[in-house]
Amino acid sequence: MNSLIPLLVAAPLAGAVLLLLGGRAFDRLGHWLATALAALSFGFGLALFSDMLGRDAEDRTLTQHLFSWIPVNGFQADISFQLDQLSMTFVLLITGVGTLIHLYSVGYMAHDERRRRFFAYLNLFLAAMLLLVVADNYLLLYFGWEGVGLASYLLIGFWQHKPSAATAAKKAFIVNRVGDMGLSIAIMLMFVEFGSFAFEPVFGAAGSASEGKLTAIGLMLLLAACGKSAQVPLQSWLGDAMEGPTPVSALIHAATMVTAGVYLITRSGAIFNLAPDAQTAVVVVGAVTLLFGAIVGCAKDDIKKALAGSTMSQIGFMILAAGLGPIGYAFAIMHLVTHGFFKAGLFLGAGSVMHGMNDEVNMRHYGGLRKYMPVTFVTFGLGYLAIIGFPGLSGFFSKDKIIEAAFAKGGTEGWILGLCTLVGAAVTAFYMTRVMILTFFGEKRWQPDAEGHDPHPHESPKTMTVPMIVLAFGSVFAGGLFAFHESFLTWLEPVTGHEEGNSPLTPLVVTLLTTACMLAGVALSYLMYGRSAVPVVPPYGSPLTRAARRDLLQDDFNHAVLVRPGSALAAALVYFDSRGLDGFVNGLAATIGGVSSRLRRIQNGYVRTYALSMFGGTLVLVATTLLMRSV
Amino acid sequence: MSSTGWLAAAGGSTQSIPAPHIEYGQLSPMLVVFGAAVVGILLEAFLPRRLRHWAQVVTALVGLAGAFVAVLVLAVQGYGTTKVGAIAMGAVALDGPTLFLQGVILLVAVVAVLTYAERRLEPKAGGEPADAFAAQASATPGGEQERSAIRAGFTTSEVFPLTMFAVGGMLLFPAANDLLTMFVALEVFSLPLYLLCALARRRRLLSQEAAVKYFLLGAFASAFFLFGTALLYGYAGTVRLGEVAEVISGNALLTPALVSSTQNDALLLVGLAMLTVGLLFKVGAVPFHSWTPDVYQGAPTPVTGFMAAATKVAAFGAVLRLFYVAFPALRLDWRPVLWGVAILTMVVGAVLAVTQQDVKRLLAYSSIAHAGFILTGVIASNRQGVGSVLFYLLAYSFVTLGAFAVVTLVRDSKGEATHLSSWAGLGRRSPLVAAVFALFLLAFAGIPLTSGFTGKFAVFQAAAAGGATPLVIVGVLSSAVAAFFYIRVIVLMFFSDPQPGGPTVAVPSAFTATAIGIGVLVTIGLGLLPQYFLDLASKAVFFVG
Repeated sequence: MNSLIPLLVAAPLAGAVLLLLGGRAFDRLGHWLATALAALSFGFGLALFSDMLGRDAEDRTLTQHLFSWIPVNGFQADISFQLDQLSMTFVLLITGVGTLIHLYSVGYMAHDERRRRFFAYLNLFLAAMLLLVVADNYLLLYFGWEGVGLASYLLIGFWQHKPSAATAAKKAFIVNRVGDMGLSIAIMLMFVEFGSFAFEPVFGAAGSASEGKLTAIGLMLLLAACGKSAQVPLQSWLGDAMEGPTPVSALIHAATMVTAGVYLITRSGAIFNLAPDAQTAVVVVGAVTLLFGAIVGCAKDDIKKALAGSTMSQIGFMILAAGLGPIGYAFAIMHLVTHGFFKAGLFLGAGSVMHGMNDEVNMRHYGGLRKYMPVTFVTFGLGYLAIIGFPGLSGFFSKDKIIEAAFAKGGTEGWILGLCTLVGAAVTAFYMTRVMILTFFGEKRWQPDAEGHDPHPHESPKTMTVPMIVLAFGSVFAGGLFAFHESFLTWLEPVTGHEEGNSPLTPLVVTLLTTACMLAGVALSYLMYGRSAVPVVPPYGSPLTRAARRDLLQDDFNHAVLVRPGSALAAALVYFDSRGLDGFVNGLAATIGGVSSRLRRIQNGYVRTYALSMFGGTLVLVATTLLMRSV
Repeated sequence: MSSTGWLAAAGGSTQSIPAPHIEYGQLSPMLVVFGAAVVGILLEAFLPRRLRHWAQVVTALVGLAGAFVAVLVLAVQGYGTTKVGAIAMGAVALDGPTLFLQGVILLVAVVAVLTYAERRLEPKAGGEPADAFAAQASATPGGEQERSAIRAGFTTSEVFPLTMFAVGGMLLFPAANDLLTMFVALEVFSLPLYLLCALARRRRLLSQEAAVKYFLLGAFASAFFLFGTALLYGYAGTVRLGEVAEVISGNALLTPALVSSTQNDALLLVGLAMLTVGLLFKVGAVPFHSWTPDVYQGAPTPVTGFMAAATKVAAFGAVLRLFYVAFPALRLDWRPVLWGVAILTMVVGAVLAVTQQDVKRLLAYSSIAHAGFILTGVIASNRQGVGSVLFYLLAYSFVTLGAFAVVTLVRDSKGEATHLSSWAGLGRRSPLVAAVFALFLLAFAGIPLTSGFTGKFAVFQAAAAGGATPLVIVGVLSSAVAAFFYIRVIVLMFFSDPQPGGPTVAVPSAFTATAIGIGVLVTIGLGLLPQYFLDLASKAVFFVG
């Protein structure tokens, strides 16, 4: 069984290599090959899963050592894998949802000239993400981490002919680099402190390290997580990343990429548990982001950007839960999985809507689509109910657990976090209801596209609707399944550990409060958007709305605080380089050239001059030799 | 010697002169080469003209290969490491440096002979394939006699035996254990080289001028060497290197006559300085370098390659032996002088190369700068220094041969197009040839992953370990200046537009292709996996005392 673990990564990787290097031979059927390889990887995942279920809870960790990459004394860089319950969960999510997105892309990208390349990148994305979650050491994880960064860059900028897409890809890559620096520094700190970067020795020795060092490592890991998971302050790339094709958005937001940060923090639990200050930082980042994303989501008219805000907010929930320590790890992952289902469903639904509406993304130009796209409406609707936490659906169970865990933190801290999450839940309900109403209900506000064609909304082809239906099932039932007898908690507990905490409120009260908040959000949204006609041109709005439309001024902030001083510094350096260094270098070169031209004249071609110079040289040599003796 | 000694020798008719004891087996590398040279002369005399070329090529290659096998056999028997000793009545030293350098010279000669044998680059003359050498060397350039010789398809196939004689002298030069043998070896390899320089098929006047200059200045330098030998004999009463060292350090038993002459350090020091001049001329160190650019430019390019590579190897072998065997006790006297020479050589070589417009002159100045780099290894005066110099010579000689072989390929209607302006855009038209030349240039510049880097690193490391850090700093700075003009040629080849009507790259026969291929292999091989040869060189550092 162990030998299947490398194959998990190898299958999609082989697809990427074949499609990229195979050339035109794969133009016709390459996309099916890529989908089949993703499915094959999922098959391997299922086989490993059933094998794992057959063993005792304590005995479920598989390891597979492939080879030693750099076997130097004191520096062991191994290519080896570890598959435990946590990795398994991610493997199934990544390959399962990933396969569905591949299938969906077959329909969505049917008319794209560079389809083969697109599927190669999708496979690469899966391979990198799988490597990230099955690595047994931080260095290999870092390799997968960078691979995810690369694949996301390639996919976000896939329509590179659009300047906005190219810029968005660069932005995502650069912002991620900041986080990557954090991860690489964390790995170096670990190596200095523990002499290793493999999980087992590091976690085993974590107890013996000083809290200060663990806090430093934890904060660097948090910085890394912020980059990949789009958490404040490294959140700015996520909205722009919507420039990629919609399946890419689904992949980034549901199955891969943004979940990497949550994985990193959960995986490094042994370090965070011993560094309370780092944990506090994690919780703060999570709380701030969940509100930040939710507020941004309320103001966006672009359906994908609204969903992007929602992702940011939902990942904030998970990061917050992960920051709570053993109280929250399992629930962070549980929410991550349920979110994977409904967010993928929502994005695929959004893609389906755009597909039928001439790639229109402005919700103010939608309206009344439920009659024209019944399947999309139903699946999107189920995803909607799941994300707002409608009782009985997936999101209800997982989000409720996080809110409970936030209160269970105890003390003032617990109250603050609990209230934050409750507000977040209410705002989530508000903006998701808004999306739902603007898109599927109300009057038609359709506008002709740039070329003057009126939209003719229609249901999408089977390759697109089938994945949506499958994901809808997940959105409805996954949460209940996980909550049943606390099966998910039992499954993950051997890896993440679990504590109950001491909540000031009983679970029932929390559930009622959550549901009440959710209903309040829905009601408010209905009052604002369902009762009256939605203007096609957005109203001017309050200062908060205007700021939220501009992503709470994140770009203005980055521009003022980072970009402008950075450009000034670069300009100063260029000035110094061109005037100072180049001047010096060019002057030096000119001097040498001048000396060279002058010296050349000595080489005049006359043998008598040469002989004279030799004679003079000999005199000097003899004189020097004698002189050396006398001094 | 006193006058009574002379009388005793003349009057002692009853004494017989003992036959010298010669170890033929241990001298075999040189004997095989000289034998092949003599066979070459006989072939030249008796074979019909048509057959000579091939017969000479085969004879030369077989002779060189045989000599190389002999070197290997001697090395395997331990003559380079455990059984070092003087042979041929003490005239020849058989030790590590001898065998290592003889091996290098023989390999260099093989590659050089391959470039000599090239007959596809020149257009056919008189229906016969032509090589790089004059149709009839004795004919006046541009005269009727020359034209008819060309029409008849003559070539100067004497170049092969001449080269073999030169190789034989070069084998002896680093092995010479006394000053007279060293001088004889110097002349044995120099005289054929003077001739070879005059034998270019194209631009014969330039070629003859180069030969005359080389001959005059070479004779001048030889005179210094010989004068130095005489002064030293006056001081020490012997020309054997080891014995000179004994006398200098005061360990030798002195005859009464010598007791007074050894009081006179001026004899010793002036003799040392003059020997140094003679050898520095051969390695092309400043201020005895002025012949280098003119001769390198005028000589037929295959000869230039051979000369640049093999002469340097042989001459530095002699330099090492002279300073390490005869004058280790005078280290405080010669080191400052060599310091100055090395600094001048590196700086002048690098700076003057900057403004060169002819690729052969450029390579000539580059070889001057490299002589300076190698001198830093000599100055190290430790075991590491010897090893690094040996390695550097191995690395440098193949790069040089390869580079000059590439120069033979770039041609226009007047023969080789050596002006740099005509190399513009070569990378667009002949990417392979340009890439190979770029590789050699990078190796000259000492860029990592080429043999040039390993060699330079080794000598600088040795020099720093030997307390010559300032010299290393000058060396690195000169390397930086030198890198400029190497890279400039690469830029010219790859980033300039080709000239209309510029030169073409001729397709060579297997000979030149093999020669260049060997150069590339050695350059990359010694850059990537130098350890074996570094070990070999560091094992071959023990001189006969």
